[in-house]
Amino acid sequence: MSTLARERNMWRIYALEAKYELLKMMRLPMYAIPTLAFPLMFYLLFGVAMGGRSAGPVSLAAYLLATYGAFGLMGIAFFGFGVGVAVERGQGWMLFKRATPMPTPAYFAGKLAMVVLFGMVLTAALFTLGSTVGKVDLPAGQWAALAGVVIAGALPFGAIGLAIGSWAGPNSAPAIVNVIYLPLAFASGMWVPIQALPKFFQGLAPWLPSYHFSQLALGVIGADQGRFSWMASATVLAVFTVVSLLVARAGYRRDEGKTFG
Amino acid sequence: MTRNNPFDDGRPIAELRKASKRYGAVTALDGVDFQVRPGEVVALLGPNGAGKTTAVQLLLGLLRTSSGEATLFGLDPRDAEARVRIGAMLQISKVPETLKVREHVDLISSYYPRPLPLRETLGLAGLGGVEERLFGKLSGGQKQRLLFALALCGNPDLLFLDEPTVGLDVEARRTLWSVIEGKAREGRSVLLTTHYLEEADALADRIVLIRRGQIVAEGTPSEIKARAAGRKIRCHTSIPLADVAALSGVRNARRDGEVTELFAAEAERVLRELMSRDRSLSGLEVRGADLEEAFLALTNSDDPKEVAA
Repeated sequence: MSTLARERNMWRIYALEAKYELLKMMRLPMYAIPTLAFPLMFYLLFGVAMGGRSAGPVSLAAYLLATYGAFGLMGIAFFGFGVGVAVERGQGWMLFKRATPMPTPAYFAGKLAMVVLFGMVLTAALFTLGSTVGKVDLPAGQWAALAGVVIAGALPFGAIGLAIGSWAGPNSAPAIVNVIYLPLAFASGMWVPIQALPKFFQGLAPWLPSYHFSQLALGVIGADQGRFSWMASATVLAVFTVVSLLVARAGYRRDEGKTFG
Repeated sequence: MTRNNPFDDGRPIAELRKASKRYGAVTALDGVDFQVRPGEVVALLGPNGAGKTTAVQLLLGLLRTSSGEATLFGLDPRDAEARVRIGAMLQISKVPETLKVREHVDLISSYYPRPLPLRETLGLAGLGGVEERLFGKLSGGQKQRLLFALALCGNPDLLFLDEPTVGLDVEARRTLWSVIEGKAREGRSVLLTTHYLEEADALADRIVLIRRGQIVAEGTPSEIKARAAGRKIRCHTSIPLADVAALSGVRNARRDGEVTELFAAEAERVLRELMSRDRSLSGLEVRGADLEEAFLALTNSDDPKEVAA
């Protein structure tokens, strides 16, 4: 029995998959500009320009720093996975990749790495704005923890994006993602502090993964609502992750039974 | 051809055994038995919708058989040990547009244990000089060449080429043909699908004719051509069409207004029979069927028994 497949350098495959996924998305203005520029622009408009007000125990500039971080990451993951996978499925590229000896997890790991790297760029830029023009002053540990929580959102929201991308068509995917993304962000208090939203949203929010994500981010700076422990919120996100992956797998199986071309 | 072939371990390289693929009520492939042997160039030839792509996708492990079996190198087509020995060119509409030619080849090459050097892949596919160009900036022919390069880059023992020359100009088609011939000389195997008889004739050691999900004929190009050889007869006759079609050696008899048209393996015998039955037969025309017509006659016939191998 030959073991040709084992002669390959798996580390190199994963590294190249991530490198080229990153290059591919960086060069795509339709992706790179809105996902990075919108959260930063909104933060400048609503977090900095509206300055001095407060949101609960912290300044609005600090509150929105956490929630625009979460908002931005969610967009990076939704569009990267949701639209990315839908387009590559729809155009047959994924079919071709499946015919190559690519280890299947490398495809998803590459996209996840891309989301994490975009998330790092986003948090770095956002934190720079926050700490300078936003006059947000946090202990070093809290900056690091906030970045960590925001970037960890790559997992649950990458998974939800994947679930969408595994079912949506290449042309409808951007619309579907927007229809899910923007209401989720609003209803979870990412744009306007959750305390200031009508009662209806207070009741709805705990059912939304984005609410738990932003609460985790706010928890780092002591500005969460305190309705759920971080453990409870993390568990909700883990459940969303698992369910999304199951939905994505069902979509993948469905593709296998379908005719192509 | 397969003697002293380093790739020949006596087993078929790719095999379908009684393989069927059904989508609901539609049967795309119906109990097909089919092999690719080491060093062989096999052409799956048939009209659009005949089941060629389905056969290829079953062998690539991209679709599951509804019944029967598909194997590569005696393994499940999904097995990594089988996959590292194949390369595939599929009919896909787009490749990510924001990566360069060189980057695409670099990534796909990394999946293989012993890929070709980048220069060699680009040279074989005729992509020298455009390696720094983004996929989105390539011409249609260059895009097709990149897909070919991605199939070649892993230096596979078996190449799958699904309609490889659709959209290529004549020169590019010749280049691709000569690369395929070179691979076959090295002892590698190629399975290509095409609906051009000329292409199958130029490249293949063996042609498998497929129609409505079934193999209707199989043989070397010259055997297929001999079987497809014959004459096209046109005439005005009062003999009912069903009786004409029932004459031995008659294929694809049809009637268009006054004119009856048919293909006959032995035109003289059929003509004698027709003239003895219908003394008023008129407007007779007899001419050799060209390759494409012969191929159409073989694959369009309404009764599969007539052409079954």
